[in-house]
Amino acid sequence: MIFDYNVVLDSLPLYFAGVLVTLKLLVIALVFGLALAVPLGLMRVSKQPVVNFPAWLYTYAIRGTPMLVQLYLLYYGLAQFEAVRASVLWPYLSNATFCACLAFAINTSAYSAEILAGSLKTIPPGEIEAAKAVGMSRFKLYRRILLPSALRRALPQYSNEVIMMLHTTSLASVVTLIDITGAAKTVSSQYYLPFEAYITAGLFYLGLTFILVRLFKLAERRWLAYLAPRKA
Amino acid sequence: MLNGYGATILDGVWLTLQLSLLSMAVAIALGLFGASCRLSPVKWLALLGEAYATVIRGIPDLVLILLIFYGGQDMVNRIAPLLGYEDYIDINPFVAGVGTLGFIYGAYLSETFRGAFMSIPKGQGEAGMAYGMSPLRVFWRILVPQMIRLAIPGFTNNWLVLIKATALISLVGLQDMMARAKSAGDATHEPFTYILAAAAIYLAITSVSLLVLRYLERRYSAGVKAMEI
Repeated sequence: MIFDYNVVLDSLPLYFAGVLVTLKLLVIALVFGLALAVPLGLMRVSKQPVVNFPAWLYTYAIRGTPMLVQLYLLYYGLAQFEAVRASVLWPYLSNATFCACLAFAINTSAYSAEILAGSLKTIPPGEIEAAKAVGMSRFKLYRRILLPSALRRALPQYSNEVIMMLHTTSLASVVTLIDITGAAKTVSSQYYLPFEAYITAGLFYLGLTFILVRLFKLAERRWLAYLAPRKA
Repeated sequence: MLNGYGATILDGVWLTLQLSLLSMAVAIALGLFGASCRLSPVKWLALLGEAYATVIRGIPDLVLILLIFYGGQDMVNRIAPLLGYEDYIDINPFVAGVGTLGFIYGAYLSETFRGAFMSIPKGQGEAGMAYGMSPLRVFWRILVPQMIRLAIPGFTNNWLVLIKATALISLVGLQDMMARAKSAGDATHEPFTYILAAAAIYLAITSVSLLVLRYLERRYSAGVKAMEI
């Protein structure tokens, strides 16, 4: 038998459970990552070195090292220190789900911060001039004009980041979580059919990727309609 | 240095670099091929290139690596007996790593190269044709040299992502820098120290790459007027 369909069909429930885990990891990482990315992105456009440099160093170090290294540092590395093991945070830091979410959130925050900073820098000067002309304070300028405009225009690039993040969550299987890849690993070792197991996982990811692309197209139509080419 | 594990980790660095460079060579070849397929007027070739780029970019690297390394090995050994080959075929993780990463990043590069080819003014290729060059010669003499300049920013990105993706090959048993740092950490019960050292080396490699590629970008753009907006 060249391709064993029955094994794939029998283990579909396991894969669907994996999809839920993958989506949970993705949503948690994105929510916390974006929450962290907004202040970081604002720091990255600051002209004051004291403000800009720490954010630059953070994004540079995170973007320059592999995700696997960051995950290992948190999950295996931190246990080296007695102080960490004695702290109140240890029950969380020894938990694979928590570590995976934390590592993913930190990773995506660095990439999203750079995307947001790039978007903030390319804001049309007229928008700022108009806000100043009506007498907005600095805070109001950021809250009402700069951030909404930058976040909208960051949407196409951010959609790429979200898809990269979906793919990154597959690393959770390395720290024992049963996401889609983890389900495939289980199936592969149970039946010794790695080809069927991983091709199915690949199809699930492909499906999720297409859904995300579609959702972002809709989001762009909703929030970036003013930049869309005019219809004839 | 590092309780005597320094030397083994440095050996791993060399392996990581070899893996990255060879994979990139494969990826460039596949990327060029993929891009020319996608730009080809032959419909089924264009469709094939499009399918390659879309499917590979839609699946995580880790899953593709596991699929090709374990699944590919399994498939080869299921098909080989049908062709009358009885011995068990064992795939070396380094060879599988180069093939897999090259195959994955070929898809990403085909996107970069396609964009770069499309930005070359059409007249360039037409002028080559008018001189009586064959299509292949127009491709190599006229289009590729101009495409390089346009492709460098995208290429830089892909190269950095590729270096970081090599760490994943440690998961299928290649003794690269990542795997060695991990096992040194396990052996000495000081995982943080060793993994942090690996992180520092990755950061150094990506930083040097960035500097070199920025220099190349400036060099290749020497004849192009920079516009300040």
